[in-house]
Amino acid sequence: MRGDLLITGAAPLGGDPTDVLVRDGWIASVGRIVATDRPAGVDVLDAEGLVLLPGLVDLHTHLREPGREDAETIASGAAAAAAGGFTAVLAMANTCPVTDSGEAAERILDLGRSARLVDVVPIGAVTKGLEGEQLAELGLMARSRARVRVFSDDGRCVQDARVMRRALEYLKPFDAVISQHAQDANLAGPRACCHEGELSGRLGLPGWPAVAESTIIARDALLAEHVGGRVHVAHVSTAEGVDVLRWAKARGIRITAEVTPHHLALGTELLVGYDPTFKVNPPLRPSEDQEALRAGLADGTIDAVATDHAPHARHDKEHAFVDAAFGMLGLETALSVVAEVMVQPGRLDWAGVADRMSTAPARIAGLPGHGRAIAAGEPANLVLVDPRARRTVDASASRSLSRNNPWHGRTFAAAVHATILRGSVTHR
Amino acid sequence: MTRHLLSSADLDREQTEAILDTAASMHDVQRREVKKLPTLRGRTIINFFFEDSTRTRSSFEIAGKWMSADTINLSAKGSSTSKGESLRDTVMTVNAMAVDALVIRHSASGACQQVAGWVDASVINAGDGTHEHPTQALLDAYTLRSRLGPLDGRHVVIVGDLTHSRVFRSNVITLRTLGARVTVVAPPTLMPSGVAAWSASDGFATSWDLDDTLYAGDPPDAVMMLRVQRERMSGGFFPTAREYTVGYGMTRSRLERLLAANPDAAILHPGPMNRGLEISADAADSANSLVLDQVSAGLAVRMSVLYHLLASDGSQAAA
Repeated sequence: MRGDLLITGAAPLGGDPTDVLVRDGWIASVGRIVATDRPAGVDVLDAEGLVLLPGLVDLHTHLREPGREDAETIASGAAAAAAGGFTAVLAMANTCPVTDSGEAAERILDLGRSARLVDVVPIGAVTKGLEGEQLAELGLMARSRARVRVFSDDGRCVQDARVMRRALEYLKPFDAVISQHAQDANLAGPRACCHEGELSGRLGLPGWPAVAESTIIARDALLAEHVGGRVHVAHVSTAEGVDVLRWAKARGIRITAEVTPHHLALGTELLVGYDPTFKVNPPLRPSEDQEALRAGLADGTIDAVATDHAPHARHDKEHAFVDAAFGMLGLETALSVVAEVMVQPGRLDWAGVADRMSTAPARIAGLPGHGRAIAAGEPANLVLVDPRARRTVDASASRSLSRNNPWHGRTFAAAVHATILRGSVTHR
Repeated sequence: MTRHLLSSADLDREQTEAILDTAASMHDVQRREVKKLPTLRGRTIINFFFEDSTRTRSSFEIAGKWMSADTINLSAKGSSTSKGESLRDTVMTVNAMAVDALVIRHSASGACQQVAGWVDASVINAGDGTHEHPTQALLDAYTLRSRLGPLDGRHVVIVGDLTHSRVFRSNVITLRTLGARVTVVAPPTLMPSGVAAWSASDGFATSWDLDDTLYAGDPPDAVMMLRVQRERMSGGFFPTAREYTVGYGMTRSRLERLLAANPDAAILHPGPMNRGLEISADAADSANSLVLDQVSAGLAVRMSVLYHLLASDGSQAAA
């Protein structure tokens, strides 16, 4: 499985085609190798016409194990991740039990290692049980074998400003970051599930106003500035949110942000049929927000793309819209969506994709082995992308155990061809 | 005619008028000594109510029985979490009994539309959350037409908790379909999200000022008062019941001033009424009040809806 590998004719970051020789999990050389000079016994991966990128890193996945292994396991989620071109995924803490101790974090790490398809990196809870009150064992998680550097109560925004301030402050010695699901719970209301606007009014669905996101981003930015901490905005979804980020970055605040493929590409109008497949938190937003998110991702105001891959058992989605579970699948389709909305219109080149989907998220998460340059001496965590593979998404063919796939039936013009983790081909 | 009645927007003008016209003949049936029509003999209708209702359910039940259908009432507590049986499982159990129509009331917006995507039966929306209540709009239109004649150009004012009102959402569609002019009145906190864009594209007016709407130049032909739930006060939508009544209630003094400008102005309320809050006893019990006509029309309209959706194509109303 981990023999030597010669990738021929691939275009690193979309540049000039070349050959990449991988040995013992590391890149040994980058440069054309004449056929007669090929090392004996090497596996050859013909990559003519393919783009070579550093393996993708997902700052935001829900793998559901432990607790909801009927919806996803670490093994099935890892397979979906490898199929999507990822070599590292950060697993959110809202499992059952919650990842709020060093032991729980190490268990996730070990389950990920035994899947051997992708590096599964646990995210730790900010507060015990995600309750928003008492700090979880942040230091023990950071000092554990899992070396937790990203903390989040995802789905349950840390509401109390004092708790958030203390957490940001306490994590400074670890240079860790809090990934905040920015949602003022009181302002949005307990049933919020549709972008607040004309459509929520017409559909009679509880509105989720943009201002419930932007005000938390502003608050957290100022808290991070106040204590000198690091905050990361999970799945920013609104134009106002992007504006606040731009302001905070200009001010020198240590703030980063991610956007999901679905917020880049899918609009609130999909809720017209009340199909819970499209129910996600934060909700799908109008086209003006999508445009602001694309612009923010292009100019770097938004640092990274993250999937918020959220598998759910069928019966948790087949409720009335307001009662159904939030979330949608995303690991297998992320690269194709980004290619469609960012690369094809010329808003990002492949080097830009490598930055937003690999280098930046690896830097934010503190993963030294990922998001590296494609150069001799670097770890061979790589993805080959076929920029001209027309592929139609079939929800039933997913590696995920769940089928809440909003992309079903869509045809994309680019697809992941192969994924390589430390020299091993994890998907082809 | 459509297979389902999920939204008032499912019916164009011709279909809406056909239902109202048939309802008029059904209304005559109600005055007969023997009220049964054989029209839906052998058909099974299930009234599936996930939310409590007295008048709508009994109205559908009697309507079905007078049409000779077998009607069965089921009630289920709406699941408010993603635990417990899914809506789809609950509904498919009933669907497996080969019923012809499901009349559904649910506390969640869109539930009927979702169900219609799963089942073989015709689905009739008997009120879904804060979304729509199409048969209420039809019975209101029927009541108004009986009193005012054709609704083209008539001015209808709808007042109250628009945000949470399915009656408003269906009525504004049906009234516009029939050519009426509509003004909706509420304090800003009870106006639905995005109402400015919505009213502009759908052609109705909005106002925060009831007196201005009632007396400034365009006297209404009808005023529909919506129920205001006292619980809304705890949600901070308005400060007190007293303040609401002063701003938006059909008080005795407002009624007098309204009738001075137009002695024939009709007062409607979908019920149940909060007397003293959104409507005074004087208004509810006045000769201009059509509240009981609405209830009576409900039966005829629901018989007509069942007829149009379920009776085989080409047959005539059996009245």
